[in-house]
Amino acid sequence: MNYSVYKRLVDRSFDIFGFVVSLAGLLILGVFLYQIAEKGIGRVDWQFVTSLPSRFAERAGIFTALMGTIWIMVLTAIFAIPLGVMAAIYLEEYAKRTRFGNILEINISNLAGVPSIIYGILGLEVFARTFQLGNSLLTGSLTLALLVLPIIIVSTREALRAIPLSLREGSYALGASKWQTIYRLILPSAAGSIMTGVILALSRAIGEAAPLIVAGALVYVPFAPSSPMDEYSVLPIQIFNWVSRPQEAFETNAAAGIIVLLLVTFVLNGMAVIYRNHLQNKHKW
Amino acid sequence: MRKLFFNSIFIIAVTLLIVSCGSKAGSKSEKLAGEVLIDGSSTVYPMSEAVAEEFRTVQPDVKVTVGESGTGGGFKKFGRAETDINDASRPIRPEEAEACKANNVAFLELEVAYDGLAVMVNPKNTWANDIKVSELKKLWEPDAQGKITKWNQIRPEWPDKEIHLFGAGTASGTFDYFTEAIVGEAKSSRGDYTASEDDNVLVQGIASDELALGYFGLAYFENNKDKLKLLPVDDEKADNGDGPILPNLENVKNKTYSPLSRPLFIYVNSKSLERKEVQTFVSFYIENASTLAAEVGYIPLNTAEYEASKKRWSDFLSQHAN
Repeated sequence: MNYSVYKRLVDRSFDIFGFVVSLAGLLILGVFLYQIAEKGIGRVDWQFVTSLPSRFAERAGIFTALMGTIWIMVLTAIFAIPLGVMAAIYLEEYAKRTRFGNILEINISNLAGVPSIIYGILGLEVFARTFQLGNSLLTGSLTLALLVLPIIIVSTREALRAIPLSLREGSYALGASKWQTIYRLILPSAAGSIMTGVILALSRAIGEAAPLIVAGALVYVPFAPSSPMDEYSVLPIQIFNWVSRPQEAFETNAAAGIIVLLLVTFVLNGMAVIYRNHLQNKHKW
Repeated sequence: MRKLFFNSIFIIAVTLLIVSCGSKAGSKSEKLAGEVLIDGSSTVYPMSEAVAEEFRTVQPDVKVTVGESGTGGGFKKFGRAETDINDASRPIRPEEAEACKANNVAFLELEVAYDGLAVMVNPKNTWANDIKVSELKKLWEPDAQGKITKWNQIRPEWPDKEIHLFGAGTASGTFDYFTEAIVGEAKSSRGDYTASEDDNVLVQGIASDELALGYFGLAYFENNKDKLKLLPVDDEKADNGDGPILPNLENVKNKTYSPLSRPLFIYVNSKSLERKEVQTFVSFYIENASTLAAEVGYIPLNTAEYEASKKRWSDFLSQHAN
């Protein structure tokens, strides 16, 4: 066996190894999805989606938790996206490499690694108590917005950095100011990649239960929220509650709840992906 | 024609009578609005959820919400008067009562049901048919860690096989309760066992392991009878039932299943009593506690205790409501 054949063999075996590894991940996900679907799909119907929580598994539904999740997602997006994108623009385009800038940057990277329950405690103290927002949707969504802010900032900065320098230079050469360049050129060109970061961030927020439990999300809420100051529950909390019940029928409910949560996530992500592709097709260089 | 006329008058009169009676009955239990905030123990949660659900049929406009941030977490909010009612699977601790006092919160403790802790083995286990409290202590105390690892170390006639332990996670009220009742000190337990806050995980573990022994809430046994074997517990005290006693409705209710049965409480905040909806809700809770406890898998109080609760509630009400 000569050297080049040997090298090719190594290359090929790593190729196969990599394939098997990624397949294993998908396989585990597939088994998990299959089990959930098998257990819960029969339970997902209109009654399940529109009913209030109940002590009778077959009468219980997820209406209020679903509404709570949708409210929380929309509010979180409203708070987190503009703040995150603007912070990233400042850090990437305007901030000077000063001591203060460095401290800011280190802090943001650190925030991305803080366990989510810590954000819950922060949310409880700052939003629920100091700002007197109580157990409201506003407290919950502000807490989650803080949680996902670092993700949005970091990915937006990456997106801005990926815009070729020639593009900026072209804009400056035409006499555009810095803000005009950012607003008319950089942001639209980076919008697709920014959206990817936003999708990741919101997908993380939708599955969080721990920080919301601390910040005041409830389990039994027999009404859909009608304003940002209302009490709420969210799907992950309802699912968690059902999983820990002694009656087996609640496990079926939990599986059905997981299916609904996955569907909501897929729909939200799907819309964002379509919008992102639309943006990306518009700006090509 | 005439007959028809009288008939129709009669029908109208009866209808009017019914309607007026209906409205009278309606004004008797007036329509309330507002909200009742409940938080606290996840063990008591199914109770409060059931009561809240039933309360909706009586007072649909009162928004009753229930959280489950744990007995301790709930008391923190309760002490700041952020909630009206706290669910608790243990009595309030002195420092928690202190915090309530500091915020001018007076409270009333009401027992609403009992929960039994069951000691369980695998159905294939042929040797163990009962267990003594002293044996459980020997098995679960911190000193047992790494030393008591075989069945025959607990009782010599049991086989020389490993014992696999399953128990509550350290954050749960069940853990506090079991350690206090068996070892004698809350939170003092051996650490080398499979721990979970989710009793269903423990059910699965014991059901699939022939050498397992574990403990968790009785409601979880009731729903998995075919997968588990329940051990009667002997507290070696003759005065409250002799010999090993099986945890069932009767024995928990008459308190012979000891020491592994515990009362579940709700704590009512005096500040919330200004609100009519909270008063009505608590009265409703006490009245319906016994039926609903059985429905969600807990054991109702006996009639005397229930009457005592009612009495204490009305005293508290007359003392604090203006």
